[in-house]
Amino acid sequence: MTTDIDATAGKYLRDKYAIIGVGETTYTRGSGMTTRALGTWAIKNAMDDAGIPASEIDGMMSYSGNDSTASPMLAGDLGIRLNFYMDVQGGGSSSEALIGLAIGAIEAGMCETVVVFRSMNGFSQVRIGGTGARASVPVGGDALHSAAYGWFSAGQNFSPTFMRHMYDYGTTPEQVAMVKVIHSEHASNNPKAYYKQRVTVEDVVNSRMICKPLHLLDCCVETDNATALIVTSVDKAYDYRNTPARILGVAGRVCKPRIDMHFQHGPISTVAGHYIKDIIYRNAGVGPEDIQCTGAYDAFTFTSMLQLEDYGFCKKGEGGDYVSSGIMRLGGERPNNTSGGHLCEGYTHGMNMIIENVRQLRGEVDCYCPQDDQGKRIHSYNYAPPEEGGGCRQVPDLEITQNLGWAMPGTGSSLIMRKG
Amino acid sequence: MPQGEYLGMTLTVLDLDNENLAYFQHCADHDFHLQQCADPDCGLIRYPPGTACPWCSKREFNWVPVDARGEVHSYGEVHHAIQPAFRERAPYMILLVELDTQSGVPTEHEALRVAGNLVDADGNFAGPELVKQVGIGSRMRMVFADVADGLALPHWTLDEDAAQPDTPWRYPQEVNGV
Repeated sequence: MTTDIDATAGKYLRDKYAIIGVGETTYTRGSGMTTRALGTWAIKNAMDDAGIPASEIDGMMSYSGNDSTASPMLAGDLGIRLNFYMDVQGGGSSSEALIGLAIGAIEAGMCETVVVFRSMNGFSQVRIGGTGARASVPVGGDALHSAAYGWFSAGQNFSPTFMRHMYDYGTTPEQVAMVKVIHSEHASNNPKAYYKQRVTVEDVVNSRMICKPLHLLDCCVETDNATALIVTSVDKAYDYRNTPARILGVAGRVCKPRIDMHFQHGPISTVAGHYIKDIIYRNAGVGPEDIQCTGAYDAFTFTSMLQLEDYGFCKKGEGGDYVSSGIMRLGGERPNNTSGGHLCEGYTHGMNMIIENVRQLRGEVDCYCPQDDQGKRIHSYNYAPPEEGGGCRQVPDLEITQNLGWAMPGTGSSLIMRKG
Repeated sequence: MPQGEYLGMTLTVLDLDNENLAYFQHCADHDFHLQQCADPDCGLIRYPPGTACPWCSKREFNWVPVDARGEVHSYGEVHHAIQPAFRERAPYMILLVELDTQSGVPTEHEALRVAGNLVDADGNFAGPELVKQVGIGSRMRMVFADVADGLALPHWTLDEDAAQPDTPWRYPQEVNGV
């Protein structure tokens, strides 16, 4: 289905860059340390994962919403001398976009190897759900058209989009609840996950209502954590410890029209994926039918569904059927968020879903399967809970993954990787 | 600088923010106006206030009176309020009302969709019984909540003069009776 367009830069950078190392902190509520310490911890883990010394990293990028520590502090702590750094304002869907910009910086000759990180105390300092200090700030300017109406948190802002999808297509609460159910199954086999408890559809639709149509269990967990990954050119990527995850294509912060207030330009049940798909699949040279494992951003159950639908993994309007069909389960045709994602593993503004797919492509996802003498997992591909003799979450024979990053209904990013 | 306390929040329109100053002054006059592109070949009306025309990029515009009636296009219904000011008012509705003016213009799915809370005819926040009566398709008219000199917020109440749908579309799961 995908045709090459000679004029695109994407064609020429396809497969030329790779992620060589990934790392994260534990996912907690109450890290007891600064975002500087968290960031250093995650970056060091990514460096150790790749087996790369500080002297071979010369670029650093991060994103935050005034809730983090910038690159110069972390680079200094770790003894990394930078030829390039940039800390940008941004939340969800920034990670894929920054990977694209890191490729651009390397391609332009500005630097050679870039760390991208996100460090946040999303529970104990600046709560991602909007409660706490942020909820009491004065309202002015353009927020007079939103926050003044108690239309403030992410869930509140997105709810008209979610509601309209139910109206337009008959999507049911029970269908959408399956996103949480499936991600909780995956998380139960993830030693790192903050929530490891498997839940049922009834648990989700009977949990307390936050903002219709979102119940408590339709919403992601708020956690404290940092995440990091290392991007370099394929020329260098094989010098390091792990099989690189090669980048086939990236699309960053693609927007719907009228992004100042996207509800003016309908259908409001359509999200940015509708536009992203035309860039990402062209750049990567593959189509949705080639993708074996997805990481569809799950700030809410609905966000995974809306994106999978608009990227073309199912027909428009059939997202409810797609997410409740079992296709997204481990063992299904195209598993989604095999770590448990934001709903269960922890909230990182998208980075943990990329980290997960890198490990999946290596065939070395961390789960409850035993390790051999070299520390390599001997995967059972038994996805039952650990207490029932399962505990695996490795997808077999994996070649191509896609991340679907979400900022809000009108903005998103994407990344397609292949096994190196 | 229009500034006032509203539900325990401080609302401010900055002196440099000419577009919002004019918008909220019209609201304070209880006379809803929006910006209309001054290009005779365009002439489209826009919401929310902005600094150029989203369809032709022209910066010049005129404030024009707009009939503030329309239909609920979608909504959110907050049961767990985030901002302290709203806690005692939950459940409350965030409405996106599609104005009759310029609906489906210039393309099928475009419209002026104006945000506001559901209030009663006197402008008080809707109680749980009124919340249950409103959904997608409900016909609404604008009412204003006065905040300060030069600042009032537009809200929405059921339009008593309009034919209402028998059952406006509501989220299928009612919780705790609302």
